[in-house]
Amino acid sequence: MTTETIANNLKLTDNRLRLRLVDYLWFALILFGFGWAYFNYRQYMDNYEFIIFGCLALALSYAGVAWAELRRLFLIVTTLALLSVYLYEANLAHAEERFLLQYFLASQSAIMWMSFLFVLAALAYFYALFTGSAFSGSAGAGLTWSATGAGLTGMLVRWHESYLISPEVGHIPVSNLYEVFILFCVITAIIYLHYEKRYQTKALGGFVLLIVSAAVGFLLWYTFDRGAHEIQPLVPALQSYWMKIHVPANFIGYGCFSIAAMLGLAYLIKGDEIKPDNNSALARLPALADIDDMMYKAISLGFAFFTVATILGSLWAAEAWGGYWSWDPKETWALIVWLNYAAWLHMRMSKGWRGAAMAVWAIAGLFVTLFAFLGVNMFLSGLHSYGEL
Amino acid sequence: MNLAITLLVAIAFASVIGTVLKQNEPYQNYLVKFGPFWHGVFEQLGLYDIYSSGWFILTLAFLITSTSFCLYRNTPRVLASLKQYQENMQEGQLLNLANHSRHRTRLPHAEAVNKLTAYFNQIGFRTRIKRQDGKTTLAAMKGAGNRFGYLFTHSAIVIICIGGFLDSNAPLKIRALQGTLQAETREIPLSQIPDESKLSVDNRSFRASVSIPEGRAVKAAFINSGAGYLVQPLPFSILVKDFRIEHYPSGQPKSFESDLVIHENNNSVEKTIAVNHPLSYRGYTIYQASFGDGGSKLEFRLHDLFSPAPHAREHSATVNQSLTLQYDNNPHRLEIAEFRKFNIFANDDPTLNKKFRDFGPSVAFKIRQPDGSAKEYLNYMYPITLEGREFLLSGVRSAVAEEFKYLHIPADDDGSATRFLRFLALLNDAEKLARIYADNREALLADNASVEKIPEREISAVILRLTRLFLDGGFPSLQQHLDQELDAATIQSLSNTSMKILRFGLQQAYMAMMENEGINAGSLSERDIQFLNDAIVALSALHEYGSPYYLQLTDFEHVEATGLQITRSPGTKWVYFGFSLLIAGVFLLFYVPHQRLWAIINSRDARTDILIGGVRTRHARDFNRYFAQISRTIKQLTPGE
Ligand code: HEM
Repeated sequence: MTTETIANNLKLTDNRLRLRLVDYLWFALILFGFGWAYFNYRQYMDNYEFIIFGCLALALSYAGVAWAELRRLFLIVTTLALLSVYLYEANLAHAEERFLLQYFLASQSAIMWMSFLFVLAALAYFYALFTGSAFSGSAGAGLTWSATGAGLTGMLVRWHESYLISPEVGHIPVSNLYEVFILFCVITAIIYLHYEKRYQTKALGGFVLLIVSAAVGFLLWYTFDRGAHEIQPLVPALQSYWMKIHVPANFIGYGCFSIAAMLGLAYLIKGDEIKPDNNSALARLPALADIDDMMYKAISLGFAFFTVATILGSLWAAEAWGGYWSWDPKETWALIVWLNYAAWLHMRMSKGWRGAAMAVWAIAGLFVTLFAFLGVNMFLSGLHSYGEL
Repeated sequence: MNLAITLLVAIAFASVIGTVLKQNEPYQNYLVKFGPFWHGVFEQLGLYDIYSSGWFILTLAFLITSTSFCLYRNTPRVLASLKQYQENMQEGQLLNLANHSRHRTRLPHAEAVNKLTAYFNQIGFRTRIKRQDGKTTLAAMKGAGNRFGYLFTHSAIVIICIGGFLDSNAPLKIRALQGTLQAETREIPLSQIPDESKLSVDNRSFRASVSIPEGRAVKAAFINSGAGYLVQPLPFSILVKDFRIEHYPSGQPKSFESDLVIHENNNSVEKTIAVNHPLSYRGYTIYQASFGDGGSKLEFRLHDLFSPAPHAREHSATVNQSLTLQYDNNPHRLEIAEFRKFNIFANDDPTLNKKFRDFGPSVAFKIRQPDGSAKEYLNYMYPITLEGREFLLSGVRSAVAEEFKYLHIPADDDGSATRFLRFLALLNDAEKLARIYADNREALLADNASVEKIPEREISAVILRLTRLFLDGGFPSLQQHLDQELDAATIQSLSNTSMKILRFGLQQAYMAMMENEGINAGSLSERDIQFLNDAIVALSALHEYGSPYYLQLTDFEHVEATGLQITRSPGTKWVYFGFSLLIAGVFLLFYVPHQRLWAIINSRDARTDILIGGVRTRHARDFNRYFAQISRTIKQLTPGE
């Protein structure tokens, strides 16, 4: 019994983070990066944006320390985005003239790479599930990380491109259906990777990537059929710092709910607990209780962020439309989604419901969510002005 | 609990109905959509204003009551449990826990207790110690915040609903039921509105709107109520100095802004508001909500469509004004409904390389007959390029629910309708036409072998007749005429012929007109031919146009009006407080697990036995792992023999 193992165990049972040298380097980097941005661009931010900016720095500092892979992702994405800024030299035409931009680092190219890699990742995960190939599972994870990196890079570059069109057109790329679909893919993937690490299983990757791939499919249709990828200036109602937080918070919620639904699907497909000597794809899926637990976690996280998002939306509405609640269809559907998951959580927390019924409910929840996300834009009209199909 | 879930689901369903069925539309629309029977049922159920219907409010009230009751019942227990370390746990109880472990240490009793206490504290647990008969029970607890999570979320729901109720229109509904308040349905000046339709200036909660032309001031706003409106007087006046719409280079609107001056007694406050940037003044909030016309002054020319010589009258009017006009002894009203300076649309013309295009100024107006029926028109001031040609567009429809059908008047080189109107006037002039047709009889005969059947001296009469039929009823009436007068066999051969004759006649008339303009037949350009074709298409639609004149906008002075929303909402503070409680509560509930640990240290015969156990209220599976680590660490801290 060495003192070292005791110390290690103490560390494991103590929830506080222990910082290492790389963590301090990470802080230094963030301080430098954000400090540099602060001194150069403070005059373009209003106070609220400055607060968001500060919170982002804190969130990145924490996330990078708590999750080393995420830190690596941020570093790579930042480097690529900066490289793209360098290659653009403030001239949008370079997107067509410079090799690296044309094939990798223009936002449209990066997003195409994201799409391709996500679909590939789904295939790799499923191959791993059916054959038990550990290599294919790791490849799935690697591809998912790469796709996420490509998507994030694409978003950052698109942000820059919008300013290159004209400074007054420039805006964060979460303003229309096209842009939030990219956001959805990226956020869903990151949350999934978190659970993959936490539960040490790659068997569910295919299921989650299935819905991400569906989103990619929509994105591609939307790009090629509707030309939705073109950057549009913001309508007056969207010109607000609220958009910067309301939309991402919403998509953490949507992402979690989608993951929960896909886990519910995996739960139902597995059906029964399987004998340990069995070597089928079903046996490779995690134990039912684990899937159930993951589903609960995903819905909890989603619910928490969806609560925040809906409240932020309400605060925004109070500023833009003159009332914190107007029973506008989008607003009302957010409430419906919220009520649905509140009921789900009540069932689970106070009645202790588990099992197939909750899995079915989680899947049904996806349809409610989907309607709030897409259906409202397609079928109902209201005050919300983004994303008409 | 089942009640709670039932209520949550019930509210969700009601909300679904409220989004699928458009709320607060004019009743006429519903009647048309659902028929009288279902309309009656739906109206009784309050489905047209679901969120303030009695049963919806009742469901909400039920929700508040049950949640409050739940809080009332559970709060004391929850608070008490924060102080209960449960140091009376017995060995048997611990052994029954899913997470427990036991081992024996060589450390003396006191040292083991100290080490365990220190360790529990180190990992964030608060501890209580109880000693009895050489046995020490260590009870530890962490995550009290979780318990507050439950209290916070549920009080938040109650508080938010109370805030919402404070801002609701319930008081107005009650007064309407009592009959002390009556919505005004007429469009009359403020001074004539009776007191039953006016609210008190002290009204603490309302959401009203008002449209103010540039340069004007108001001291009241309006609240929609049922089929009419109520007047909400304000303790201050709002003057609109200027209203602006700014545009992006592509033409889409970039911002809507109003320069306001608030006057109260001798104070005045000046501020520019915009979408997302309202003005707060003494508990009132003023928002940029919309914009409209503040009485733009329009100059226009009415071109007669039926006179045998070009004829036009000049008029002027402001938006929302109506003129009484006399045409062919047919008195009617011309109501100017709307003027727009810009009409920006997505570009669907592939020959133009841009995403959006501005169709320029337009005027919408109605022509109302003495019997009250009306047709609605939408005319653009400048020609619009379609497939490389220029047209003056005038849309017409008989009901709001319909789409506009557009008359495409080909524009001449000056971008005006002059040439088309001159052509039309010529076609209306039977005498001149007869002469032109007679002069060109030979050309027709030379050109068309199939005309042989028609006696030569009748031919110009036939063309004249066809022209008239065409102007009065378009191609369909031409066909109908043939159907009536001839048998089936000859129709086939003649319908073709008569089209040819008509076309020939129109062309002759057109060339005669062009010759007057100094362009002779031989030198008609491709454009001129195209113009004729376009003119024929426009003429064929003219019989459906339904207006005796074409209104051409010649000049305008644009006066805009800003649409403001003015609110007073005392519930906001409650709601926002509830929001913060809700967020805090949700995160406490999900991310601060409430957990307990116990250790029973028992020394007998110089041996020390340690039994530990633990529970966590939620996320029990993670706790298994966590507990395993704890028990491993404890075994290391208190090593065995
Ligand atoms: C629409 C709003 C809500 C209503 C009407 C509502 C209603 C209720 C009711 C009636 C109970 C049962 C209490 C009892 O049986 O003593 C309950 C329990 C509970 N609710 Fe809610 N609730 C709402 C929102 C929430 C939210 C937003 C959360 C948090 C995420 C939440 C978490 C819980 C929990 C954890 C319990 C179980 C408490 C326990 O078993 O000790 N509720 N709720």
